[in-house]
Amino acid sequence: MNETRDPAYARRRRPVRHAVAAATLAGALPLAACAGDSPSALNPAGAGAIRIAGLWWVLFWISMAVFAEVMALLVWALVFRRRHDTRVRHGQPLRFVAVAGAGVPLVILVVVYALGLRDLAALGAAPGRDAPTVEVTGHKWWWEVRVPGVDGATANELHIPVGERVRVRLRTADVLHSFWVPQLMPKTDLIAGEVRETWLHAERPGRYRGQCAEYCGTQHAHMAFQVVAEPRPQFEAWLARLGSPARQPQTDAERRGQQAFVQGTCAGCHAIRGTGADARVGPDLSDVGSRWSIGAGAVPNDAGHLGGWIANPQTVKPGSYMPPQPVDAERLPDLIAYLRSLT
Amino acid sequence: MSTTTAPAPGASQEDLARLDEHWGERPSIRSWFSTVDHKRIGRRYLVTASLFFVLAGISALAMRTQLARPESNLLSPQEYNQLFTMHGTAMIFLFSTPMLFGFGNYLVPLMIGSRDMAFPKLNALGYWVFLFAGLFMWASLPFGAAPNAGWFAYVPLTDDVNTPGLHMDVYALGLLFLGIATTAGSINFIVTALKLRAPGMSLNRVPLFVWAIVVTAFMVIFALPALNLDNAMLFLDRRFDTHFFDPDAAGNVLLWQHLFWIFGHPDVYIIVMPALGIVSAVLPAFTRRGVVGYVLVVLAIVSIAIISFGVWVHHMFATGLPHLSYSFFSAASTVITIPSGIQIFAWLATMVLGRLVVRVPLLFLIGFIVTFVLGGFTGAMFALTAFDQQVTDSYFVVAHFHYVLIGGAVFPILAAIYYWLPKITGRMYHEGLGRWAFALVFTGMQVTFFPMHLYGLFGMPRRVYTYRSEPGWDVWNLVSTIGSYVLAAGLLLVLIGVVHAIRRGRPAPPDPWGGDTLEWATDSPPKPYNFPVLPQVHSLHPTWDEASRASMGDDATADRTLTDGRRTLLTSELDGRRERVVEMPEASLQPLLLALALLVFFTALLFAWYPVALAALLAGAVTIAVWLWPPRRPEEELGVVS
Amino acid sequence: MRAPDLAAATTTEALTTELPVGRSTGWWGMVMFVATEATLFSCLLGSYFYLRFQHGGEWPPGGIEQPKLLRPLVMTAILLPSSLPMIWAERGIRRGRRWRLRIGLAATLLLGASFLALQGTEYDELLHEFTITTNAYGSLFFVITGFHGLHVLVGLAMVSWLLAASLRGGSFGARRHDRVRNAAIYWHFVDLVWAAILFTIYLSPRL
Repeated sequence: MNETRDPAYARRRRPVRHAVAAATLAGALPLAACAGDSPSALNPAGAGAIRIAGLWWVLFWISMAVFAEVMALLVWALVFRRRHDTRVRHGQPLRFVAVAGAGVPLVILVVVYALGLRDLAALGAAPGRDAPTVEVTGHKWWWEVRVPGVDGATANELHIPVGERVRVRLRTADVLHSFWVPQLMPKTDLIAGEVRETWLHAERPGRYRGQCAEYCGTQHAHMAFQVVAEPRPQFEAWLARLGSPARQPQTDAERRGQQAFVQGTCAGCHAIRGTGADARVGPDLSDVGSRWSIGAGAVPNDAGHLGGWIANPQTVKPGSYMPPQPVDAERLPDLIAYLRSLT
Repeated sequence: MSTTTAPAPGASQEDLARLDEHWGERPSIRSWFSTVDHKRIGRRYLVTASLFFVLAGISALAMRTQLARPESNLLSPQEYNQLFTMHGTAMIFLFSTPMLFGFGNYLVPLMIGSRDMAFPKLNALGYWVFLFAGLFMWASLPFGAAPNAGWFAYVPLTDDVNTPGLHMDVYALGLLFLGIATTAGSINFIVTALKLRAPGMSLNRVPLFVWAIVVTAFMVIFALPALNLDNAMLFLDRRFDTHFFDPDAAGNVLLWQHLFWIFGHPDVYIIVMPALGIVSAVLPAFTRRGVVGYVLVVLAIVSIAIISFGVWVHHMFATGLPHLSYSFFSAASTVITIPSGIQIFAWLATMVLGRLVVRVPLLFLIGFIVTFVLGGFTGAMFALTAFDQQVTDSYFVVAHFHYVLIGGAVFPILAAIYYWLPKITGRMYHEGLGRWAFALVFTGMQVTFFPMHLYGLFGMPRRVYTYRSEPGWDVWNLVSTIGSYVLAAGLLLVLIGVVHAIRRGRPAPPDPWGGDTLEWATDSPPKPYNFPVLPQVHSLHPTWDEASRASMGDDATADRTLTDGRRTLLTSELDGRRERVVEMPEASLQPLLLALALLVFFTALLFAWYPVALAALLAGAVTIAVWLWPPRRPEEELGVVS
Repeated sequence: MRAPDLAAATTTEALTTELPVGRSTGWWGMVMFVATEATLFSCLLGSYFYLRFQHGGEWPPGGIEQPKLLRPLVMTAILLPSSLPMIWAERGIRRGRRWRLRIGLAATLLLGASFLALQGTEYDELLHEFTITTNAYGSLFFVITGFHGLHVLVGLAMVSWLLAASLRGGSFGARRHDRVRNAAIYWHFVDLVWAAILFTIYLSPRL
């Protein structure tokens, strides 16, 4: 896998907290699943998700307390009220029902509601006027990423500077989607005919997995993306790359690949900056070699998978809008070499 | 457990013979198609809804098998998407509500001491329409044309551009078709409970189950039109190029969501409410006392129904509506947990004060409390907009609503199956088999759905046909899949238990549990006329009170026996005062004919054979005209002056 | 009540007639049906306002002219009063006067049919300007008025059916007129809904 591991990415996991979560929730179930690249909301890395994780633990412990109360009554009844000589009491303890069923819950709910409002206000606070802005457009089934004022696009990957709030403007080209990065920020739906806004903030560098959360058709399962949080200079370098022509081919193979791209069917749908290919049906491929995956999270981005994808995307991502490509067997390696060189 | 003997007959042999003559149905093919007996119709509802449950359950097993490991190729995405849509749609529309309406159909007339529903022919129509609408929707699956955009079918994914083919036409037309059955059934329940209660059954003596059914029926009356309108507009947009949901032509995609959830949230309670009624009905027999706080529970039921119409936006917390409206709907959604809390603690108090008789129905009630309370906690969490935005549309919400719906509806339904099986079939079930079924169902349910909370929090979205291994969801998914097979085994054992009871069970006495409501004061299974003598009700627990029992025995009167004709009593809406005797309709083929006309109508719409649709509509209208045509009577009887 | 009356009133025969003692099941059934229909129309009109206010800007959109008022007002003047002969007919049959039932139903039928005819001429004109497929406004206009027109048609079918039954004889009288009352409830409902539609479709764009 072509993914470059940020050292901070490896450190950022908090195994202890995660283990507490899993252990308290599920008893002694194995914790193996918490390893790996889990995009867990309980392992938050940005201001939005950190708030929600905090809220979750409050809600969780309150629930456990009330659950203990209910279980105590149930167990008490099951232990002490089933002997044959138990005398049935015919009282109507309305006060108990009202206090335990309505009074206590009301107090708890008022507190919880207040906490919820506080966090809703925090999530709703828009970033400052001069905060960086990224524009994301949902397509079936990939994410188009642009930056206002920059003439270029990428797909399924967006970069933000660490420690800053970034405004994200959300549109959809077709159906509803939902923009969700569990470790950074709760969801915002992409609504046809409207523009929605959310923001992202990461307190430490890393790659954070996001995924479409509103069912959007056949390949809803493969509509993932990554948010790359990096120090400001790297972010600016990304912006600069986004606005400049793609890397020129260096080897013969790459040159032949570029030719195949521009003259073949590829350019009918895809753009590569500086080559004259500027179609906007499919993702812009100017930096495709550096991306974390092919097909919005369908397969890892390596030569083998890329070749398979070009030959027939329908075996990798059935239902996707890219048809099988009639590329000659001898041209395919060139095309792969060219596309992989686009970083 | 004490079993009571059959009530001393208050009607003579001669009376019984005449009742038999008027109400009895000789078994024949014609009678099978023309019956209007609420017990036969109720049984059919139960069997048909169970069949749809099995189909939807098999869909779920197929999905769980696909998700057992990452990147599985067992199902194509197209297949998976149809399966999850049909699973949700069928469980909500073709199983839960019809199953509970089946119990209502069978039990409401018995519990209120009547001989049938208020409109027996309409009742038959409701069943046939439900059956045909269910078959209409399921029939699309073998052709690969089943609905495939989720049970809430958001536009614009469901328009004719994004989902061509018949898929969503089947959805829209199927639900409109089914809506006729649900509306007819609801009106019938309301009128039955208002007018056909036995004399003396004033509102404060109405069993909690009947309260729950009636309040549910009211919710249907006021919630279902929003869904019907939504589906009608969807069908028009797809087929006739209207633009209700088209933002490029002054339409709006969120209109669909508002209308859908104005129906959809009350619908959650439409499903759960009758099940809570079952809990209140079953509990007295196994705690040997009435439910604590009858009035509080009734108030809780009514207030849930009212508040449930003001919470729909909490299904749209991630759509980016103004925060002010979110604060309001968040508050309403928070408040609605309180009436449920009252009911839970009323039941707990009942258990703590009574003497527990631990039989299978009680076990399922305990399973219900544990599961439903957990689902309630996550429900209260979803009321908080900020938290909702993080976990909605993830597996966390899948966990939540399965806790609420399996805990809140399926467990009570299973309790009801064991509890009323002796009444419905006249046979006792096998206790050991039932306990095993409970153990498997309860364990399977928790093992399947508890981990979903976790992998939802770990970032797994719902409705994905597969997932990759990197995010680390595989182990939990495997656990869920194993759990789902345990759950399926438990449900299979329930089925085996029912079949065993029907074929081998020992005969059931009229009142095997010492229940408190009127269905236990008549035979198991009841005669076609339900009660030889309609009771005079003296308390909330008529079967436990001597005077009410005696009214059907020693104190029987001719004006409650009503042997000359198919007759039952009307009483006043509030205090159950006797008003008059009414004639009930005979068996008829008209309901079946009308339902068939509707089936042709909707099928013709689906395939765009519009002239056929028009013809079917006219045939239906003629059937109704004949159905309601007044019989010719002498003018003196009518009271004509000139 | 004198004693012989009491005895006569409590024989089985007397008790089994449909003397109006309390509301009948049919009355409740029709009221519930009307309640659910009224909810349907509320949702439909609510959708109209939702789309209008979400759209913002000019309404009707897309250069469609404001609906003209004269004809709908005439239609209102025909449909709303059509409830009067219905009430008169129903009161008549309650007292056993069958001629009032027949004349009243015929008058209602006539008024309702005139309403539909006028609606037909309106459609004939408007369809040149815009149709159900023009935009969401066109869809709303024709679906709302058309759905109401369909209800008028169903109401007229009920009235004709009552009239036919009444002309046959042996159908209705002072003791049996449930069907008349239920159809009347439906007819009044269809009238009232028209008032709401008049306000929504024809008057509200001018506000």
